[in-house]
Amino acid sequence: MKKFILKKTAALIITIFVISIITFLAFSIIPGDAAITRLGSNATPEKIAKIRSELGLDENVLVRYFKWAGNAIRGDFGESLQYQGHKVSDLIEGRIPYTLMIGALSVLILLIISFPIGIIAAKFENTKIDGIILVVTHVFMAIPNFFMGIVLTFVFGVSLRVFTPGKYVSPTDDFFGSMGYLIFPAIAVSLPKVAMVVKYIREAISHEMEKDYVKLARAKGCTENRILTGHVLKNALITVLTFMGLVIAEILAGSVIVEQVFGVPGMGKFLVNAILKRDYPVVQAVVIYVAIIVVLCNTIVDVLYAVVDPRINLEDM
Amino acid sequence: MNKKKTYICMGTIIILVLLFLSILSIFWTPYSPTKMNGPLKNAAPSLSHLFGCDNYGRDIFSRVMSGLGNTFFIALCTVLIGSIIGTLIGLFTGYYGGVFDEIIMRFNDIILSFPSVLLALVIISVLGKGTYKIIIALGILFIPSFARMIRGETIKVKKLGYIESAKALGLSNSRIIAVHVFPNIFPKLMTNVAVGFNNAVIAESSMSYLGLGVLPPAQSLGRMISEAQSFLFTCPWYACFPGLVIIIMIIGFSLLSSGLSE
Repeated sequence: MKKFILKKTAALIITIFVISIITFLAFSIIPGDAAITRLGSNATPEKIAKIRSELGLDENVLVRYFKWAGNAIRGDFGESLQYQGHKVSDLIEGRIPYTLMIGALSVLILLIISFPIGIIAAKFENTKIDGIILVVTHVFMAIPNFFMGIVLTFVFGVSLRVFTPGKYVSPTDDFFGSMGYLIFPAIAVSLPKVAMVVKYIREAISHEMEKDYVKLARAKGCTENRILTGHVLKNALITVLTFMGLVIAEILAGSVIVEQVFGVPGMGKFLVNAILKRDYPVVQAVVIYVAIIVVLCNTIVDVLYAVVDPRINLEDM
Repeated sequence: MNKKKTYICMGTIIILVLLFLSILSIFWTPYSPTKMNGPLKNAAPSLSHLFGCDNYGRDIFSRVMSGLGNTFFIALCTVLIGSIIGTLIGLFTGYYGGVFDEIIMRFNDIILSFPSVLLALVIISVLGKGTYKIIIALGILFIPSFARMIRGETIKVKKLGYIESAKALGLSNSRIIAVHVFPNIFPKLMTNVAVGFNNAVIAESSMSYLGLGVLPPAQSLGRMISEAQSFLFTCPWYACFPGLVIIIMIIGFSLLSSGLSE
């Protein structure tokens, strides 16, 4: 077990390292650098040179990468270009709870909706009910999350006035109060993903249903419902864990876009604004943060999977 | 078999109708998509303006038609870039194997484990906005998934007997790859191309919605929705129709891909 966790941690560090190199290098090849962004395009060459040496832009790319990475490990991503005098890490700190809350709510909603549907689809495999579920979930899959967000804003925000678009409470101020506002972005993120999760659950259950222990249970005179709830679901749940990593990555990506629709002041909106304003330290930092969240979730899922299912040989993974 | 045919048929019809509308928009649209018309500001859908008019009195149907053209063009180019480069990488790494294969695939795995939208945002923030830049950004993004799929298939096909006999006959590796391996993978590639189109349409409209895709005066369905968002109260149809067209388009491609994969 120890060896397995060590191995996974090493993989985690390597992935974050590679992503940090890609993001850093990508931003160092951009024509026009931070000095010009800060001073404006009609600054004198002397002033630019001065700022450049102050920011350490004169040095070799490798030297700059290790300096940046060294600071980043300590949580220091430098100063934002658009909010001068503000540390990027401070700016992110206030925004991260929103995104995490949307992510957590989305995963929850996704599982609450998909589980019953997936079970029903598996139970009535290859019948009309299964077909209807397939069609309906696929139609939902075709709705881009930002459009889903707009429809929700129109129905619940503009028409029914359940929430006021653009008004939010931070989860750090009022944990449960913030849910009332962030549930709508979460629905917009999770609904298009239902089809994907239902498909996985349906496959996991029907795969389990063909195993010998189910035949034995049937032979013993167990009812179909009892087999499903008492035996199959437990095992199918383990399979569901394997794709949770993928789902979490998709949900975070969805949150980046949907935050823009609802005007949620989270990481996604911050990132898009930073890109539009060419605020590179912020872009780099947000990408690294999201990478860490995704990779960490993946690692936790892998470890959980190994813990839950005793048949998995840890040495092989 | 029957199901497969209906899926492919329905998907093809939807895509052809939309493609026809977008090609038609190059030569003809009911009204000029950029011509403003004061009295028709926020006009509701009617017989003369099927989808209604926007906040400048521009005909939404004409704008959707020309937006469709851009969306198709971007989707086509990105899928071409992704599938051609991805297929080449997949074929060579799968066929030859070795250290090179190992390195590329590890790198591939890292990229694939990362949310693709985020990667697209990074590439766009490096390259800047605009139609050709979004094509490059999304094209690069599509390479890893094609490469992985083609590599897997190549490894499967490589083990088949007739490849061994082709080798025994002394055929060159490049000839084996081009004439014997690739045609076997082709059907699988086509399924993935349909899936690719599906993803490209979603990605393009999302990026344009965020204001990072095509630049005005060029139209895109995603951009229209983002412009329409401020007018949800006064004219909801402005956001509704471009959104519906995107959904229909994605359903078309997803029908096509599920039909091809059966």
